[in-house]
Amino acid sequence: MTRLFPLPVWSAVFAVAALLIVVLPVLHLAVPAGHALHVSSFWITLLGKFMCYAVVALAMDLIWGYTGILSLGQGLFFALGGYAFGMYLMRQIGRDGVYGVDLPDFMVFLDWKELPWYWAGADSFLWSMFLVVAAPGLLAFVFGFFAFRSRIKGVYFSIITQALTFAAMLAFFRNDMGFGGNNGFTDFKRILGFPVTAPEMRTLLYVLSGLYLLGALVLARWIVTSKLGRVLTAIRDQESRLMFLGYRTLYFKLAIWTLAAVMSGIAGALYVPQVGIINPSEMSPANSIEIAIWAAVGGRGTLFGPIMGAFAVNGAKSWFTVAYPEYWLYFLGLLFVLVTLLLPRGLMGLLEKLRRRRRPIDAPATAAAAPLGEVKP
Amino acid sequence: MNDAVNYGLGGSAGAAYGRALDPDHVDTIHGPILYLDEITVSFDGFKALNRLSLTIERGELRCIIGPNGAGKTTMMDVITGKTRPDEGTAFFGQTFDLTRLPETEIARLGIGRKFQKPTVFENHTVFENLELAMKTDKRVKPTLLARLSAAQRELIARTLKTIRLEGSEDRRAGSLSHGQKQWLEIGMLLVQEPELILLDEPVAGMTDAETAHTAELILQLEGSHSIVVVEHDMDFVGQIARKVTVLHEGSVLAEGGMQQVQSNERVIEVYLGR
Repeated sequence: MTRLFPLPVWSAVFAVAALLIVVLPVLHLAVPAGHALHVSSFWITLLGKFMCYAVVALAMDLIWGYTGILSLGQGLFFALGGYAFGMYLMRQIGRDGVYGVDLPDFMVFLDWKELPWYWAGADSFLWSMFLVVAAPGLLAFVFGFFAFRSRIKGVYFSIITQALTFAAMLAFFRNDMGFGGNNGFTDFKRILGFPVTAPEMRTLLYVLSGLYLLGALVLARWIVTSKLGRVLTAIRDQESRLMFLGYRTLYFKLAIWTLAAVMSGIAGALYVPQVGIINPSEMSPANSIEIAIWAAVGGRGTLFGPIMGAFAVNGAKSWFTVAYPEYWLYFLGLLFVLVTLLLPRGLMGLLEKLRRRRRPIDAPATAAAAPLGEVKP
Repeated sequence: MNDAVNYGLGGSAGAAYGRALDPDHVDTIHGPILYLDEITVSFDGFKALNRLSLTIERGELRCIIGPNGAGKTTMMDVITGKTRPDEGTAFFGQTFDLTRLPETEIARLGIGRKFQKPTVFENHTVFENLELAMKTDKRVKPTLLARLSAAQRELIARTLKTIRLEGSEDRRAGSLSHGQKQWLEIGMLLVQEPELILLDEPVAGMTDAETAHTAELILQLEGSHSIVVVEHDMDFVGQIARKVTVLHEGSVLAEGGMQQVQSNERVIEVYLGR
């Protein structure tokens, strides 16, 4: 335990986790609406969504912050996990759709008579759980194997991942892919027979997202404090040197890359029932770039930073897109430029600076705390 | 490229004697630890190595000198698998064909290399640099679960002493002086426990005192390791040299003791006499 975090950090983690995972849900369910302490379903859904994003930001930190692999297609894995679980949610609608038949509405609309073969098993919850892990994991593994074996690095890798998510988006836009075209999946009714919009189900999904974020944080921390973590930062800084030490860096990159994809996919599966929709716009290149911005704003190579970044940027987005919807993208671009120029180590770097000003002790050097300038894109 | 482990069975010096091959240990029963024969490497028509032949005996300390562009670094690249020769054979011991094995495999089999420019992991501490370099199972899962044993900690402590970085183990490697980085890199080689050590200009940029210490260090290693030193600094070579090989335009110009080489007229002409 204390190998992972020092005691004060554990206490802070547990305090925040208890607030998010225990206190807020209780205030949501047990305190009647209208009471001053009641937490509305708006907040539960919003924070649940943010916690899913935060896991993707964590995954991004593992591959970008620690290993130096900048993925600009992480949204694809998130969306694949979402689609995998969305198929199950579509099957759970049963005959309650607009057309009152067994097939999902969009298939009726396309005049399909039966489910395509790849929908086989979508009725099973367990199979969909398997798909949530397998679909993003398998794609990441195969893509990663060929990309890393060809020693594609840096911006080239980033551009290819961007192209990959764009291509997937175009494919999912097509109606005959059998995933609902540009409308995607929506109008979910049930999970395991329980209504998906009930406050209890909403709270359960929220709590699961919170626990998942906590678990992902501990897992990520365990990895980066192990020798494997030191190998990953060494790949980021001096990959060829590591190869001469006898490490087959291909497999290290492949392992962390696939893990990050699976982490993102599970986050997507938790996200979809909470927001009630999944469509190909989740795979748009801009979405994936935003994920990278969360990590950069929070501070790469710090784990906590990207989580904070996901909350901060999405919080700003929620407010902005209501107040000044047309300026959000300008603000996002400006934020990225400012953070890169003024806060190269993000919010975490800022906190560190403030802490040191108060108590000027030199913190011990850690491999993770590489200044931005030394990290390859 | 053939990525699988290839023990050179297809090569001319294959397992023709019915002996069982130990796939993890270099076999030097019948001769040298490193055997290069007629190696040619050309880059766009320029022959960086031109039918270079060289043998290093087990436990030998060999210095290789030569003017810029003589092919010293290219030779190191061929031995470590970074560059593939156009022609010729390169064997590590009797059985490992260096022209076919991937570079990580060559490193694992026991050829350690120190680069010309010191390349340590700057954001890692001195201790972590040695930990990463240490000879151990370097696959993904064992790395995730790795814990340093008492013996491994002891080895790191001993190495820190040898390379004069005792007490600096928690310093960031990037904050070390140039000379200290060179030593750290030598230390990283030592914990790899290689059979053959390649040192590319180990004293470049060092002060005289640091150079003298490095010479001491290398002489300590002689006998227990086979060492190839590529160096420009003639004083340094004079301090450590047993046998010297002079390279010129990609092939061997002269070979022998320091005195012998220094008095060789062709050597004086191309290198020492400039």
